[in-house]
Amino acid sequence: MTMNTVATDNPVPAGSEKHYLTNGHTLSSWLFTVDHKRIGILYLISLVVFFLLGGAAAVLFRLDLMTPAGDLLRSETYNKLFTMHGIVMIFFFLIPSIPAVLGNFLLPIMLGTRDVAFPKLNLLSWYVFMAGGLLALFAIVFGGVDSGWTFYTPYSTMYANSNVILAVCGAFIAGFSSIMTALNFVVTIHKMRAPGLTWFRLPLFVWAMYATSLVVLLGTPVVAITLVMIFVERLLHFGIFDPALGGDPVLFQHLFWFYSHPAVYIMILPSMGVVSELISAFSRRRIYGYKFVAYSSLAIAVIGFFVWGHHMFVSSQSVYAGLIFSFLTFFVAVPTAIKILNWTMTLYKGSVSLQAPMLYAFGFLGLFTIGGMTGLFLSTMATDIHLHDTYFVVAHFHYVMVGGGVMGFLGGLHFWWPKMTGRMYPEGWAIFAAIVIFVGFNLTFFPQFQLGYHGMPRRYHEYASQFQILHVMSTAGASILGFGYLIMTGYLIWSLKFGKVAGSNPWGARGLEWETTSPPPTENFLVTPVVKHEAYAYDVPSETSDVQEPRPEQHNV
Amino acid sequence: MSHHVVGIKVYIAIFLSLMVLTGLTVWVAFINWGFMNDVVAMSIAVLKMTLVVLFFMHLKYQARLLWLIAGAGVIWLMIMFALTLSDYRSREWIESAFTRPVPWVASEEAATYQAEQMKAQESEDAGAHH
Repeated sequence: MTMNTVATDNPVPAGSEKHYLTNGHTLSSWLFTVDHKRIGILYLISLVVFFLLGGAAAVLFRLDLMTPAGDLLRSETYNKLFTMHGIVMIFFFLIPSIPAVLGNFLLPIMLGTRDVAFPKLNLLSWYVFMAGGLLALFAIVFGGVDSGWTFYTPYSTMYANSNVILAVCGAFIAGFSSIMTALNFVVTIHKMRAPGLTWFRLPLFVWAMYATSLVVLLGTPVVAITLVMIFVERLLHFGIFDPALGGDPVLFQHLFWFYSHPAVYIMILPSMGVVSELISAFSRRRIYGYKFVAYSSLAIAVIGFFVWGHHMFVSSQSVYAGLIFSFLTFFVAVPTAIKILNWTMTLYKGSVSLQAPMLYAFGFLGLFTIGGMTGLFLSTMATDIHLHDTYFVVAHFHYVMVGGGVMGFLGGLHFWWPKMTGRMYPEGWAIFAAIVIFVGFNLTFFPQFQLGYHGMPRRYHEYASQFQILHVMSTAGASILGFGYLIMTGYLIWSLKFGKVAGSNPWGARGLEWETTSPPPTENFLVTPVVKHEAYAYDVPSETSDVQEPRPEQHNV
Repeated sequence: MSHHVVGIKVYIAIFLSLMVLTGLTVWVAFINWGFMNDVVAMSIAVLKMTLVVLFFMHLKYQARLLWLIAGAGVIWLMIMFALTLSDYRSREWIESAFTRPVPWVASEEAATYQAEQMKAQESEDAGAHH
């Protein structure tokens, strides 16, 4: 299944001509760049490092969970490892993943502008992110943190003998980085669209970035203040959350989840944006119900703020408040279902081709649907009392965050890889890795639904021997999943030098980003583009497409 | 969006008002207003915040889009307070449901009726087993 790439406009190998990657080769040309594309690449490299660290922690404690007695690690080490996995993956991979890498790289190109509104602020956001990340890593390496990524009080403020303050500090600082990125995106989308690019001609990826940015701007300050309160209680013993000092521990959970539940949508909305682009491009159809998909992103962003109490059904929250939160949580399923329906309808009678990015998009559809549906089990108060804090919850949110968030990120990374690097990734290997990742993921997390349903609590180091078979399956899956990620990392790095040179538009897609060269020049476009149609105008012939139209029969499914 | 220059006199006037309001906050803290304690303190704080946002942060002279964004922040704060208070204000309800008679089973007839219903249900269950 190879592409009919006709590299007419880019026959010379990347590196021998002028584009953003060749515009300076020194380290300082990268570290002091204000080019949004280079900042995106800086983020990509740093996030991959964090992802590998967080993944390594997961592999270690999964190996430990092979035996009921937990023979590999001490209990304290186990606690520190799952905390490290959570903190690194949530704050330093998932939350920035798509916005900071793909968003930074693509948003200005999709808008037909030269850069984001505040390029220096953009660079600052990377430095702030790295400062926060390194501080958290420092906390983890020199002693570790054992409070779980949620920093629940009063354990985190009064009892934990680990580097809670440093880790909290890291998360606090990283929050400012996402605020800077979000502010940049909102202003850029409002003020810097190319002539003719009206709101309803924008790619749905941009709508998703807009919705995500609003969530970041409205939510992150709250978690920042909450983390400062941990600080104040732990260091100065002000009674805020600890009952012994006159505080209320559930207040922490309210404030924490007011941000951290919407943070789930910070992770998933960008992924939904990517999937909209992938499904449209690989089924050669305008996205079905464009406005519904666009508005449902905003609806998810808004409703996502009304549901946080479903994390506290059994934490002594009032049962009446629980009823309200349970009811409101069901509402999030509505815009989500609209999106799933519209993507499926886009496939209907489309000319679907199963290339690697599309496989990830399909992976997203299936896995995210399972993740979302099991979310309804958990938002129902009665079933949540049984399932709360069990592996069922762990499986649920991994289906949402990995099955949804990471699948979208990987799909997007493959889809825009030729645009970012000027090289194609090897299609055969990519399809193989996508299948390995899909299989490994399901083998890891599907048994965890069963584990949780049968009563295995999360975050436990030792367990009853009846759970062992499911734990062994999960660990086996995790190794396959890790193997899949390694294959992918390998061939992507390989393709930087040996990949086939990509033309401007290897997929024959219609978005504005495909109308400039690959990789784009530093200015993105040599002439400011004038937009005459929307990003999904597959009925309008493209001038840049490298794909022969109509597409050959064997590519149709 | 024109760049509005705010005179130094405005800044001084706002600064003095903020100082006066801070003094007021301290003064009212020594008076017991009963359940109004929080309301009074928060009202002064909101007034101070409004002055800072309007004049020091120049919102008064900005386009409506920025008003919308600042307003969204206020509305979101209200969402946080309202839903958090939905927990705190209703916590004692469940307790009182156990200690106080619930209106619709308070009357004697209702209690007798309920007892009869339960008896009927029990004998029905017993019959089903045979």
